[in-house]
Amino acid sequence: MALYLLAMHQPVGPAPEPAVLQQVMADLDALREEMQAAGAWVFAGGLHDPDASTVLRPADGDVLVTDGPYVEAEEHLGGFTIVDVPDLDAALAWGRRTALASTLPIEVRPFRERS
Amino acid sequence: MPGVCVPDVEAVFRESYGRAVAVLTRLLGDIDAAEEAVQEAFLTAVRRWPVDGVPPSPAGWIVTTARNRAIDRLRRESTRADRHRAMLLLYPALLHDTALLSDPGPPPEEGAVRDDRLRLLFTCCHPALAPATRVALTLRLVGGLTTAEIAHAFLVPEATMAQRLVRAKAKIRAARIPYRVPAEADLPDRLSAVLAVVYLVSTEGHTASSGERLLRTDLSAEAIRLGRELAELMPDEPEVVGLLALVLLVDSRRAARVAPDGDLVPLPEQDRRLWDAALVAEGQQLVRRCLRRGAPGPYQVQAAIQAVHSDPPTDRRQVLALYDLLPPTPVVALNRAVAVAEVDGPAAALALVERLDLPRSHLLPAVRADLLRRLGRHAEATAAYDAAIALAGNAAERAFLVRRRAGAAGA
Repeated sequence: MALYLLAMHQPVGPAPEPAVLQQVMADLDALREEMQAAGAWVFAGGLHDPDASTVLRPADGDVLVTDGPYVEAEEHLGGFTIVDVPDLDAALAWGRRTALASTLPIEVRPFRERS
Repeated sequence: MPGVCVPDVEAVFRESYGRAVAVLTRLLGDIDAAEEAVQEAFLTAVRRWPVDGVPPSPAGWIVTTARNRAIDRLRRESTRADRHRAMLLLYPALLHDTALLSDPGPPPEEGAVRDDRLRLLFTCCHPALAPATRVALTLRLVGGLTTAEIAHAFLVPEATMAQRLVRAKAKIRAARIPYRVPAEADLPDRLSAVLAVVYLVSTEGHTASSGERLLRTDLSAEAIRLGRELAELMPDEPEVVGLLALVLLVDSRRAARVAPDGDLVPLPEQDRRLWDAALVAEGQQLVRRCLRRGAPGPYQVQAAIQAVHSDPPTDRRQVLALYDLLPPTPVVALNRAVAVAEVDGPAAALALVERLDLPRSHLLPAVRADLLRRLGRHAEATAAYDAAIALAGNAAERAFLVRRRAGAAGA
């Protein structure tokens, strides 16, 4: 078994219409339950907008604190799911369904193997 | 017997590299390790065969030797416990098959090898890899071409191609792209990715997208080899057979398609005596065989169109009817318009062409220019030829268009 990150890339800007958002959340909830039933689900979470971020940078043995996102971008990490599955095909299958449910692009990225 | 020379080993290399890598990848669970073991086996062959003679089954000898080498190395390197653990991490297949370490057993039988070759093919053509990477990996691992040969064929520096292959294999390992034939439900999609790779090799061999020469004979030959291999592995898939027929029929006209001075000769002007009759016959027979199954996919239909062209005088209405069976992509619509010109005349075809949008391709202005020329609209034809010439990447195609343009301007 191997861990994969399913990262949800979300455009910066206002949230979709409440009705649309509600449907997306319901679809994602149903999908999470399916992942849990299949034993693939490890962890998931939605993130606040990058406006809420604080960045810490090492600087000469000290740490510099800045307000705001690490990089200003059109899209940001909006949320993620971690799945534990046998191989990439299985991760891609969950990723495909996450893309359809969230209506957002999903990046599937393997974790380094734990030693 | 002594007197065997290196070319024998080279021939066996091309013939059996892919199948040996396929078997070893399953045993070792890693493509790099498999390639290393197979290459070592070939080095041994270069040393031994001139002395001992070529073994009765050279391909089987290579697989067995590569496997024994890999197992020897595992034994050597696993004498210390930590190394042993590292090895098992590296070669997870051995976790389930530790018996291999003590007894390698007889060489794998042909059915098992067949499955391994299919697995390797589907891994090389996995949708998580970029299309250009799929082509390079397939030519390297399944076709046994060297990195230098592939780089040369696609006109990129060898270092670039080497890096592309290294990165691809690293992704297969890191992302755990599975080494298996896809499940029935995924097969149509996954198979079409495999077919697309062979088709791309074929079209690049038929009309190089850039460079001086029109044809890349090496790539045409490779497309046929891959096409034959696919048809051998999946004889019941009509599209696989259709693709093989298509690459054979296209290649059958190779000698007629280029004039002695390197110029392109379009189909209606070709000297049919230069067509390869054996390839034509084989291609036509395959077209009949797959169409009998009644599941005509795009490759079968394209092959059928080529089969009609290979049986002059061309039944133009049949060609047009076949184009109507293809999914109407812009390129298909453009080729269909060419067929319309033969049936209903250039004016009807031009009306279709004017509606198409194919940015960055020289094909649309080239077809448009030819239709305008036939309609006697010479000034417009000249302008369209100019547009096509500016976009054509292949020197022979460009020269052909320049010649046609001169004809249109002078008329």
